[in-house]
Amino acid sequence: MLSPLRWPPGLRVRLLLAFVSLGLTTTAVVAGAGYVRARNVILQTAQDAAVVTLKEQITQLAPIRTLPPSQADLDAIAAELSGRDDTAIAAYQGRSSAPDQVSAVLPPELRSAVGSGRVVWQRQTAQGFPYLVIGTQVMLSLPDGTARPSGLEIYRLHSLEAEQRSIDRLAASAWSTGALSLALAVVLALLAARGVLRPVRELDRAARRLGDGDLSTRLAVRGSDELARVADTFNHTAQRLERQVGELRRMEADARRFVADVSHELRTPLAAMTAVTDVLDEEAPRLPGDAGRAARLVSQETQSLTRLVDDLIEVSRFDSGTAALALDDVDVPSAVRATLRARGWTERVVADLPPDTRARLDPRRLDVILANLVGNALRHGAPPVTVRLRAEPDWIVLTVGDRGPGLDPLVLPHVFDRFYKADSARSRSEGSGLGLAIAWENARLHRTGAERGSLVAGNDPAGGAVFTLRLPRRCTDPAPAVADRTGSDGGRP
Amino acid sequence: MSRVLLIEDHQTVRDGLQLALTRQGHTVDAVATGEQGLARLGTDTADVVVLDLMLPGMDGFEVCRRIRSAGDLPIIMLTARNDDIDVVAGLEAGADDYVVKPVQARVLEARIRAVLRRTGGEPRRPGPEPTVQRYGALTIDRSALVISKAGVPIGLAPTELRLLLELSGTPGRVLSRQQLLEAVWEHGYLGDSRLVDACVQRLRAKIEDDSAAPVYVQTVRGFGYRFGPL
Repeated sequence: MLSPLRWPPGLRVRLLLAFVSLGLTTTAVVAGAGYVRARNVILQTAQDAAVVTLKEQITQLAPIRTLPPSQADLDAIAAELSGRDDTAIAAYQGRSSAPDQVSAVLPPELRSAVGSGRVVWQRQTAQGFPYLVIGTQVMLSLPDGTARPSGLEIYRLHSLEAEQRSIDRLAASAWSTGALSLALAVVLALLAARGVLRPVRELDRAARRLGDGDLSTRLAVRGSDELARVADTFNHTAQRLERQVGELRRMEADARRFVADVSHELRTPLAAMTAVTDVLDEEAPRLPGDAGRAARLVSQETQSLTRLVDDLIEVSRFDSGTAALALDDVDVPSAVRATLRARGWTERVVADLPPDTRARLDPRRLDVILANLVGNALRHGAPPVTVRLRAEPDWIVLTVGDRGPGLDPLVLPHVFDRFYKADSARSRSEGSGLGLAIAWENARLHRTGAERGSLVAGNDPAGGAVFTLRLPRRCTDPAPAVADRTGSDGGRP
Repeated sequence: MSRVLLIEDHQTVRDGLQLALTRQGHTVDAVATGEQGLARLGTDTADVVVLDLMLPGMDGFEVCRRIRSAGDLPIIMLTARNDDIDVVAGLEAGADDYVVKPVQARVLEARIRAVLRRTGGEPRRPGPEPTVQRYGALTIDRSALVISKAGVPIGLAPTELRLLLELSGTPGRVLSRQQLLEAVWEHGYLGDSRLVDACVQRLRAKIEDDSAAPVYVQTVRGFGYRFGPL
């Protein structure tokens, strides 16, 4: 899970490192200091005891009668002072009880120090065995009560093996204590990491779910520590968020339903009015003066209102997700020509349509998009208005262009906004202001897998506005949107 | 010109449509409920029914089914544009065409005339072909407009008959939905391939042995429909 290259490492590794270094430092300091002190005490004690013993034994020696002592005297003294574990050497001016050993085991500095009359000791190691070398001179008591060095040097080699074993045991126990404390530190670190990490991980997961839109996400609050407070804060935040988002969604749904309901309610009176607009149109020329103009006005405005309501209903269908595709295999060039022909635009539009371009799409929606784009170009642009079809392996691309002034860069981002009208002076012009928004939605409704159709507005470098429609050639049936019939048609009697 | 039975519950819409259609020269009998409409039909007073789908009491779908089961009177349904589902359900219940409210009288009138033309009119291709054709168990008498299967006459609604005649006029040739829309329903671009699909479904249910595996009216995926080959 953790890559060795990552730095700084994760919380778990950082906690582990902190605990281990803490454990190691503490153990090293405590065990190390204890070891050194104990070792010193052991050696000091052994050393002191050895020195005292040697001194006592020397005083108990039979007094030396003759100087210089004979070789036999030296051997006798050495033999007397040697014990089970100790070896004594008696030396006098170059002679000694064990001449071959003297140079091998007695350091020269020691010998010279002893020569000057002091009691000297030194720890030595020979063939892997530690021992203590103690050296002193036998003092001659003079009749006047003073003493002088006799020149007879006594050395004793006291084995420190027993002490070394104690010290080794001490070291081993220090090591094992260290290892134990290290293991303990690791275990504690892991436990602590788990204790901290689990809530952190839960928080991470919960935050992610919240981000993905599951606003009902809550954390279990355990105990009353800082982590519990964090969880509590998270829960409060999520709750407030859920409430506010719920409120916003409700308001938005209400607004949408209101538009849909109003549109549907308008439809019944409009149906009655629309039915008789022909009658008004026919009668208008025969009606006297203002009555005729009034009749024509009513007829025109009824038609505008009808278009507006149709568009609003269409938009509310997109908003509620009930707009569905009715896919068919379409010969795109003939569908385009049919759209132009049906609206009497064939003469006014230059069409460049490669033959035999088939696509699986919703022909009605293609008609709506195209009619909006071409109608827009004819109304606001300047001739020639062109429709070009380009076939790609997976897409068809239809561009509708004109040679008008083009779109203002300020207007461009809002072209597909609802009720957006570039020219406010034309705000009462024909069209509901929803046409391009509906065209855009219709383009987006076509999809294949995750890829959606698109409608983009832009300007041709050579002048004029260009709308580019891209639709997948093989649309897949969308997951059938469950039509909320009661919701979207609730107002009808 | 023709007798229209208008079934529409909303009074102003009913009055408006009646006024407009009457001025076009039709005789309009307007009623407010499906029950009243069905009662009128018993007396055979209409050439075509204009039927609102949202009716109090018996709804338009049920009315449509009853009219269809009683005979081949053409039905144009008036739908609240709201739900595409309405369109499909209405067509499957046997309607010959549909218009969306609010509708201009001119458009409704054109649809009425078209539907009357294709139900009352003579077959479009009497030409050199024999007037009686046999395809497997199916017999098509193009002059008497009688379709029978294994000797038993089959009652087809006007649009279904028209569709069958159109398809069987060129056996083996694929006709796109668009072509069928223009030929049978006489409207192309407004067209809605669901009209064709719904009508094909109803036709298959009547003439095929197994409408899940059709032999007479076959689907050619990506292109349209074809009559045969058997």
